[in-house]
Amino acid sequence: MARLTSGQKETPLLEIKDLQTGFKIGKDYYNAVEKVSFRVDRRKIVGIVGESGCGKSVMSLSVMQLLPKGIGKVRGGEINFEGRDLSKLSEREMNKIRGKDISMIFQEPMTALNPVFTIGYQLEEVLLNHENITKKEARLKGIALLKSVGIPRPEKIVDEYPHQLSGGMRQRVMISMAIACQPKLLIADEPTTALDVTVQAQILELLKDIQEVNDMSIIMITHDLGVVAEICDEVIVMYAGKIVERTDVETLFESPKHPYTQLLMDAIPKMDERKEKLATIDGLVPSIKQMPQVGCRFANRCPKAMPECTVITPQLEEDEANHEVACLLYKNSTPMERVGQR
Amino acid sequence: MNITAASKGTQPKPIVEKETLLDIRNLKTYYPVKGGFLKRTIGHVKAVDDISFEIKKGETLGLVGESGCGKSTTGRTILRLLKPTDGQILFEGKDITAISGTELRRARQDFQMVFQDPYASLNPTQSVGDIISEPIRNYKKISKKELKSEVLDLLSRVGLPAEAYDKYGHEFSGGQRQRIGIARALALKPKLIIADEPVSALDVSVQSQVLNLLKELQDEFDLTYLFIAHDLSVVKHMSDRIGVMYLGNMVEIATNDSLYEEPLHPYTQALISAIPEADPKKRKKRIILEGDVPSPQNPPSGCPFHTRCPMAKEECSQIKPALKEVKPGHHVACILY
Repeated sequence: MARLTSGQKETPLLEIKDLQTGFKIGKDYYNAVEKVSFRVDRRKIVGIVGESGCGKSVMSLSVMQLLPKGIGKVRGGEINFEGRDLSKLSEREMNKIRGKDISMIFQEPMTALNPVFTIGYQLEEVLLNHENITKKEARLKGIALLKSVGIPRPEKIVDEYPHQLSGGMRQRVMISMAIACQPKLLIADEPTTALDVTVQAQILELLKDIQEVNDMSIIMITHDLGVVAEICDEVIVMYAGKIVERTDVETLFESPKHPYTQLLMDAIPKMDERKEKLATIDGLVPSIKQMPQVGCRFANRCPKAMPECTVITPQLEEDEANHEVACLLYKNSTPMERVGQR
Repeated sequence: MNITAASKGTQPKPIVEKETLLDIRNLKTYYPVKGGFLKRTIGHVKAVDDISFEIKKGETLGLVGESGCGKSTTGRTILRLLKPTDGQILFEGKDITAISGTELRRARQDFQMVFQDPYASLNPTQSVGDIISEPIRNYKKISKKELKSEVLDLLSRVGLPAEAYDKYGHEFSGGQRQRIGIARALALKPKLIIADEPVSALDVSVQSQVLNLLKELQDEFDLTYLFIAHDLSVVKHMSDRIGVMYLGNMVEIATNDSLYEEPLHPYTQALISAIPEADPKKRKKRIILEGDVPSPQNPPSGCPFHTRCPMAKEECSQIKPALKEVKPGHHVACILY
């Protein structure tokens, strides 16, 4: 299969420009996602990694326009999906896209499924909402979908309730609902975190298969670098609401540039080596209210921090072909110019 | 053998000469299943079904397995938080399976637990000082001043500032809370610490801090760990020997290197193969197991793994293989060997 490189001309499926998403605390808004820009090309799996609180889930909720009402808000930037800015759409227009063109799977399949309706009912609901078919057809299609995600005895399971299934099975049901209308983009928010490794391997395999068969793009949100290495084409590393590094998966694991990415990789125990001590990152992610407005947000925890790191805000810039990093260690321009740019 | 020298280097600690701290023999823990109109016991969940192993002094034994395999139940039964259905637990050669009352209370000084969820395992109405001093107050008669200095000592040992003493659990991050939990477990200078998924709720950067801390403390206080986790790379990092559990049974037990270099049981092979490695070049062909773990209430006959085993033979559904030593120090329960 010919894979398109990001250099080739094709409108990206999703292009996010300078996205700012804020949460209201008291009277003020504080940004959980701060000027984030990236694109997702067609048929690509883009991984977003970062620790809890780095803004990865908030970003996906911004794309889906599912931020908690009155609290969370997209405060700037564009979310262009096939050329339409999703942040400008009305709720009704968004309803047509959600579940049809873009769908989402979550970490905990039990809380994402409604316990009082059968699997079949919930699956048919998606189909009836977005497609012009009869109930009978929807049921048959539902059974076929369950079969396609590897659920045994789909004609029985369709009449069962979520609690009757195991965690892996529930996640399969979630995936079948998400792909029911053949979306162009699937956002998977920690889809395997709650599962055992053997089941995780099954689900990752399934996602890869579906991605190829349906020609879809996936945004894979995870904290597990192993999962990223396993299925992603491109990787975005986030820290404290900003992208610190972006490149293809091979390059990232071969030569991570940002000190945060490097530490993250050294902090996980590896299977094929034995060392007494793992790398650690001192300190904590600054809270959303105390985010430094100037300078690098990682500076206070960074072992390579320089005096200018707290004064100059690093921008995400290409350091090598298709390898962007936001760190002053890799700047092309002089620091003085950057002060002016800010 | 010079112990101080051995505990420093990066080589795995020699385990041959050390004495046995914990000896588990044919341990069984069943949970009754009640049902029907009279709530009679209608069956049993065989959470731990006849397992035997030993832990030497100063050693870390890792226990891995998927959820529901009985690894936590094993840990809790050893602490006597659960009553074993059958079998023996020998701690320093003394049978603690049936002791109760004062005797059990006294014995419990020597084994402590670190829990998985650092949010649920700290009492929200107690200050950190109270939480850590509680075990000491329970077992020792010492003055308030001495108690406080002991607690402050523990706090600094686990890397927390002295100001933490008067604060409450909710004021700390997950990693710091886990440090409080570790300080509490250390308070009585126990010999054995059972750590049940101590890092699974933490972010990777914090996870590595806690793992490093546990290793440092082990050297410093000559602790023995039973380290329970589902993450195989974490278990490999921490353990000298590893036991693999499936449906309440120990299917393989071996030294760290031996287990990862040459896993013998088909389940261990699948488990190791399923771990996604942080290296995109190693996207390997995995052994993907079909289906889920069967219910422990109604386990399959014969080998508990035969329903999912890619190498199952006909006799596997009839014969339940016993754990036997195939190579020195490498035990496996499978008829292939």
